Amino acid sequence: MKLEMRDQPGQLVAALQPISAVGGNIIAVIHQRETPAATEVLDVQIVLELPEGRLEKLLELLREQGVNVVRIGEQRLLYECTLITIGHLMHTDLSDTVDRIDTTGSAEVTDLSLAMPAINAPSSARITIRSTTREEMKKAIRILRSVAEQKDLLIIEPLEGV
Amino acid sequence: MRIAILGFGSVGRGIARAILAKNLDLAVTGLADSRSGIIDPAGIDIAAALARKEGGAPCGSPDVSPADVVAKADYDVLVEVTPTNVDDGEPALGHIRGALRRHKHVVTSNKGPIALAYPELRDLAAANGVFLRYEATVCGAIPLIHAMQEGLAGNTISRLYGVFNGTCNYILTRMAEDSLTYEQALAEARELGYAEADPTYDVEGIDAAIKLVILANAILDMRTTLDDVERTGITLLTPEALRLAEDQDCTIRLIGEVVPEAGVLRVSPRIVSKVHPLVVEGTLNAVTVGTDLAGDLTFIGKGAGSVETASAVIGDLLYIRDRHVQGS
Repeated sequence: MKLEMRDQPGQLVAALQPISAVGGNIIAVIHQRETPAATEVLDVQIVLELPEGRLEKLLELLREQGVNVVRIGEQRLLYECTLITIGHLMHTDLSDTVDRIDTTGSAEVTDLSLAMPAINAPSSARITIRSTTREEMKKAIRILRSVAEQKDLLIIEPLEGV
Repeated sequence: MRIAILGFGSVGRGIARAILAKNLDLAVTGLADSRSGIIDPAGIDIAAALARKEGGAPCGSPDVSPADVVAKADYDVLVEVTPTNVDDGEPALGHIRGALRRHKHVVTSNKGPIALAYPELRDLAAANGVFLRYEATVCGAIPLIHAMQEGLAGNTISRLYGVFNGTCNYILTRMAEDSLTYEQALAEARELGYAEADPTYDVEGIDAAIKLVILANAILDMRTTLDDVERTGITLLTPEALRLAEDQDCTIRLIGEVVPEAGVLRVSPRIVSKVHPLVVEGTLNAVTVGTDLAGDLTFIGKGAGSVETASAVIGDLLYIRDRHVQGS
């Protein structure tokens, strides 16, 4: 997100403090003094991870600190789930299987490892899916399960959730 | 306390050996295998019956049937330890009903009657003022039912999940350890006596599913049948799938899972971190019980075996002995 704050000592700390208060994790702080328009205002870009549903609370705390949020960038895919699938993956169009998840728009396959021991023998693949929210992940897994049923594939889900 | 034992296979003989080896204050007044029976109010010579059985002979007289033992013998507790029939629970179900109607307590290791008819049998036992106990039906030696009914009394159980079948756990352990195929690992399990000639019941997850139904109905107050369990076995697993899990410090185990509130009843292979307490080796069983007051508890132990299963039966017998008035 991009923040705007008064260029005074202590302001940056004041802007960062609410992030840890809501359980967020700061990945990067980019701080540039090249905005010509106003010398008394400082532009700061922060890349951060937030627990689901805490964004509103963070914005409220930042406003209380007198920090103006200029822009909230795109939400990254923070939830990850790795599954294993076994069956005739190539014959049943693996790229279509992946597409069915990717076309949801809110979850995507970010990693795929494939093992094909022999022609006509079932192959095994490990699929990593990432999504923006836990709900979207559940939806992606539901899609994968129904695709697996249609294509007669075995899906092995993780024991612990996302 | 006088007991009558139906079934003189692995579990029945394990009980007999424990009675001979330890001073448990249990007299056996009735005994039957599938072909013969003995009734003796003065107490049967268990060592002699064991010797006959192990010599390949019937344990008693062909003129005495299991039904005769149930109906005519003088006993306080019927110990029903015949093999499981999941289709209709018979003949064990009829024998258990017969004993309960005679106001006799019943201890069983037989999953069939408990999975199929628990509510009816519980009510019948209550109406006749006797105990019905079935610790040995789930996870052999692990006192899971005792723990949930007594030790964790007052807790709400939110989730119950684990490794309920030692045969599958052995096969998966071996596939992961030495990159064996499913067929190779199954052949090895058979050689060691861990798998039956027809392994369907274990490897298709039916055995684990029956245990879930028993726990769901008897402990979690659900009303379920075997058909309600979403079930996937391990027969399609490949060594490559285990390796793909291994690459991420995980492995694959056949996990049975009950989540009462969400109505989840499921047996399926799952990816589990190798450091998870449920990842046990060989034929062991392991069950995690999630509760509101006590938090999560994990029980690990032998899920099958002659003496191990006998341990659960004897635990039930002594539970009853300590709570009932003898000679009733």
